[in-house]
Amino acid sequence: MVTVTMTVNGRQVSKEVEDRRLLVDFLREDLGLTGTHVGCDTSQCGACVVHLDGKAVKSCTVLAAQADGGSVKTIEGLANGADLHPLQAAFKEHHGLQCGFCTPGMIMSGVDLIERHPDGLDEKTVRVELEGNICRCTGYHNIVKAILAAAEEMRGGMRQAAE
Amino acid sequence: MYPLSYRRASSVDEARRLFQEASDAAYLAGGHTLLPTMKQRLAVHDVLVDLTRIEAMRGISVSGDTLTIGGGMTHAEVSESSEVKGAISSLAAMVGSIGDAQVRHRGTIGGSIANNDPAADYPSAALALAATIKTDSREIAADDFFTALYETALEEGEIVTGVSFRIPETAGYAKFRNPASRYPMAGVFVAKHKDGSVRVGVTGAGMEGAFRWHEAEEALAGNFSGEALAGISLDPGMMMGDIHGSPEYRANLVAVMAGRALANLGSAEAII
Repeated sequence: MVTVTMTVNGRQVSKEVEDRRLLVDFLREDLGLTGTHVGCDTSQCGACVVHLDGKAVKSCTVLAAQADGGSVKTIEGLANGADLHPLQAAFKEHHGLQCGFCTPGMIMSGVDLIERHPDGLDEKTVRVELEGNICRCTGYHNIVKAILAAAEEMRGGMRQAAE
Repeated sequence: MYPLSYRRASSVDEARRLFQEASDAAYLAGGHTLLPTMKQRLAVHDVLVDLTRIEAMRGISVSGDTLTIGGGMTHAEVSESSEVKGAISSLAAMVGSIGDAQVRHRGTIGGSIANNDPAADYPSAALALAATIKTDSREIAADDFFTALYETALEEGEIVTGVSFRIPETAGYAKFRNPASRYPMAGVFVAKHKDGSVRVGVTGAGMEGAFRWHEAEEALAGNFSGEALAGISLDPGMMMGDIHGSPEYRANLVAVMAGRALANLGSAEAII
């Protein structure tokens, strides 16, 4: 057993877990944060994407012990109270989901993608960058639209903040 | 995954010690090959020694005609590095085409080189760019390093601490991905070096893993363009064959990818 301590969605947590505990199981089973999904469990589908120390990772392929001392953000940590994150709002506005299973991972990857491209995004870049997230319902079209719309809105917000 | 003990090393010496104390340890870098394999119970280790917090295995530097990358650097860090882009832009672009964004945030150059997956991208670049693999005890030329499928010249417990690449005059990479696994079915890295020599590294296709295509190197030394490859072919007997493609298909695909790499010098092209 190993004691892991990390910040999850701004709150410090500490638990004793098995060394082989996966980060995704730590989040879901030990912390009850079931917004992060397990899809394929083989690092392909991206349903389990969370941010670890500011970077999008597949939490089914990271041990909780590897994240010890780090900072994790999950889909539950994205909204500001009742105010949805701009990308969550854009998924709603543009109907970027059908069954919703891939959505938490899509949104966490989308936020990471927008943050890594502060100068803006085009459709081709979004489609290439979504390589690691699989959706079996939508055909991706509205997901791409939602990410592009949120990227534009977030840039506007950043410009306003700078002015 | 079977039970295991996780140990985090803060130095190369500590990692070696932790490895030796265990009965069947493995080093954990990005873990994006090792952990999936262990989850499927295809591999079992009693101890995982995490190398990712070792400061001495981080960093990227250029000195003269050599680009050196620390073994712990992730694919995202390498592909976005201004030093790598400035020294060997095709290498930065190739690394930016590995896996997906989330995999690139975790996977490391040292892990990829040490694992020597026959369809990994890095070994082809290491061969074409006359790399030197630096370990905790010695330096090994890439030509002597990749010995067979998933096999390298590394001794038990030896750690890849860094990789040095020879900065070429020009280079390019092209690969054709398997549509499901996304690993290359053929990936070719071509490099023309400043002394006039040409090196061609091939991954994804060879029965024994990554290899140098010497016949193409000789033809390209006289004329560094796709035309020089006309009439040259690889022996299908050396190629992998499986449900995704026959040896003959792969032999042809390597030649096509070599041509695409030569048509995209300074960059990397990932097809499909």
